[in-house]
Amino acid sequence: MNAMAAQRWTFWGGIITALTLVWAILWAFPLYWGVISSLKPDDEVIRPYIELWPETPTLENYISAVTTTQIGTWYVNSVAVAIGVTVITIFISMLCGYAISQLRFPGRIALWWLILASFMVPTSALIINHFVLVANLGLLNSWAGIMLPQLIHPVIIIVYKQFFDQVPKDFREAAVMDNASEFGILFKIYVPMNWGVTTALSIVCFIWTWNAFLWPFLSVTRTEMMTITVGITQVNDAFGVYYARQLSAAVLAGLPVALAYLFFQRRVTEAITLSAGIKG
Amino acid sequence: MLRNSRTERLVALVLVAPFLAIYLLAFVYPTVQMFRISFTDAPLIGAGQWVGLDNYLRLDNDPMFRRAVWNTAYFVLMTVIPGTLIALLIALGVSRLKGRFQATVLALFFLPYILPVSVVYLIWDWTLNFQFGIAMHVLDWLGIPRVPVFKSRAWFLPAVAGVTIWWTAGFSILLFLAGLRSIPVEIYEAAALDNSTRWTTFRRITWPLLWPITSLVLTIQLILQLKIFDQVYLFSIGGRPNDNMVLVYYVFQKAFQQNQGGRAAAVAVTLFVLVVVVSVLQFQLLRLAERRRR
Repeated sequence: MNAMAAQRWTFWGGIITALTLVWAILWAFPLYWGVISSLKPDDEVIRPYIELWPETPTLENYISAVTTTQIGTWYVNSVAVAIGVTVITIFISMLCGYAISQLRFPGRIALWWLILASFMVPTSALIINHFVLVANLGLLNSWAGIMLPQLIHPVIIIVYKQFFDQVPKDFREAAVMDNASEFGILFKIYVPMNWGVTTALSIVCFIWTWNAFLWPFLSVTRTEMMTITVGITQVNDAFGVYYARQLSAAVLAGLPVALAYLFFQRRVTEAITLSAGIKG
Repeated sequence: MLRNSRTERLVALVLVAPFLAIYLLAFVYPTVQMFRISFTDAPLIGAGQWVGLDNYLRLDNDPMFRRAVWNTAYFVLMTVIPGTLIALLIALGVSRLKGRFQATVLALFFLPYILPVSVVYLIWDWTLNFQFGIAMHVLDWLGIPRVPVFKSRAWFLPAVAGVTIWWTAGFSILLFLAGLRSIPVEIYEAAALDNSTRWTTFRRITWPLLWPITSLVLTIQLILQLKIFDQVYLFSIGGRPNDNMVLVYYVFQKAFQQNQGGRAAAVAVTLFVLVVVVSVLQFQLLRLAERRRR
């Protein structure tokens, strides 16, 4: 490569990097704007010009959101449902993934294909019969009712199977020699060797459940049983709209998942790439 | 190695049982029921009379169903390919960066994806607010007349498509980055030695080697966007949802607002079959294309 070409390359390289950076800032700007607006007093929010920083930052919108809506209750519901779904889903998927990976039993291949095929099924087409089922079980407006249709994540089984497949056979053989039971092998060898994947999958399962909208929206009609993602869109004031207060409710609803992502960035991106069937 | 196969089967059964029980109850049973009640005139809750193919035949003359199909197709058109291209461009830009800088820029692009749809809705409803939205100040400044984006029939779906691309691009970006990382550096070094231009390098190396990922992203996006409901429902609050009817919304309206479980199920079955057929078909087509390339 001659010198001029090299220079041109770095010049264009610099331009591309600068464009990417500007683009990233513009991309995230609505998020910034939402947060900033939620920190402005009512009269500042509706000023007819752009102020990138509040003149008198205030938490009054947050206080008003917490005291005038049932946001606290919705938070409890969301936390309970998200933790419940995560613990149950991870546990049953771990067991099932282990059986498919390590044990030989009739119907194993059929079960594996069933799990792979269920990828294609759009769960949003099942809303009618999920509703009928949960209504018949008497679980509408309850945590269990919100949780039940969300407990199936075939992808988590698939990821577990792949990771259990990779554990060297020697560990298993040694344990079998020592007369260890299958449960012992699973919980003393396979699970501890894959804590990383369990953590990653748990975090994204929590995020998915926290963010779910359609089903929690359909299965709950009583305000005090709503999850936060549904609640903040369902309750409007009889006396006009308070934009800043709605935005502060939105910030509160998004905060746990945003923090989970920022704290566990690597784990979250790893689990999400894995869930699409790619080894990161 | 000796294995006690009877014990093994028993253990396997115990391990598989919890998943299988929930799977049969909350997945297989509702699917079978959906097909069954689509041939009846059942309300949302309760039994109905067998009506044969009547619910399906009615769809043929149902203008609202046609609108739902058309709007869903329009929405898919505006999100799947543009969204994939935008994600690819962003991934190409981000993949050039290094270390912490890269992680920070990626986080800026990725954050929207991690947020619940209702937060995305509130943020964009505010940003594009007709009276006070910051986007309208920008339009004023550019001398373009303001648009009541989510109240105008022409702008509603394109705007929701734009918001959806913004919301879901992070996922596709992540997949593209994983794909770009797996292309060996030596190939690029060889291309640089041959004085290959940026465009040639992209067209001859990056694009073909990235194709498996691109096809994966396209499939995932297509299936995701066929199921569009949340954003359309939320942005329609206080507006006219019938103008922006999409398939899942129609299922919701028929079943939960008009109490016609059987007819709603017929729409749901249509969507169900559509998604299954499209995903199988697209998977096969993309595989064929991939094979021809080799």
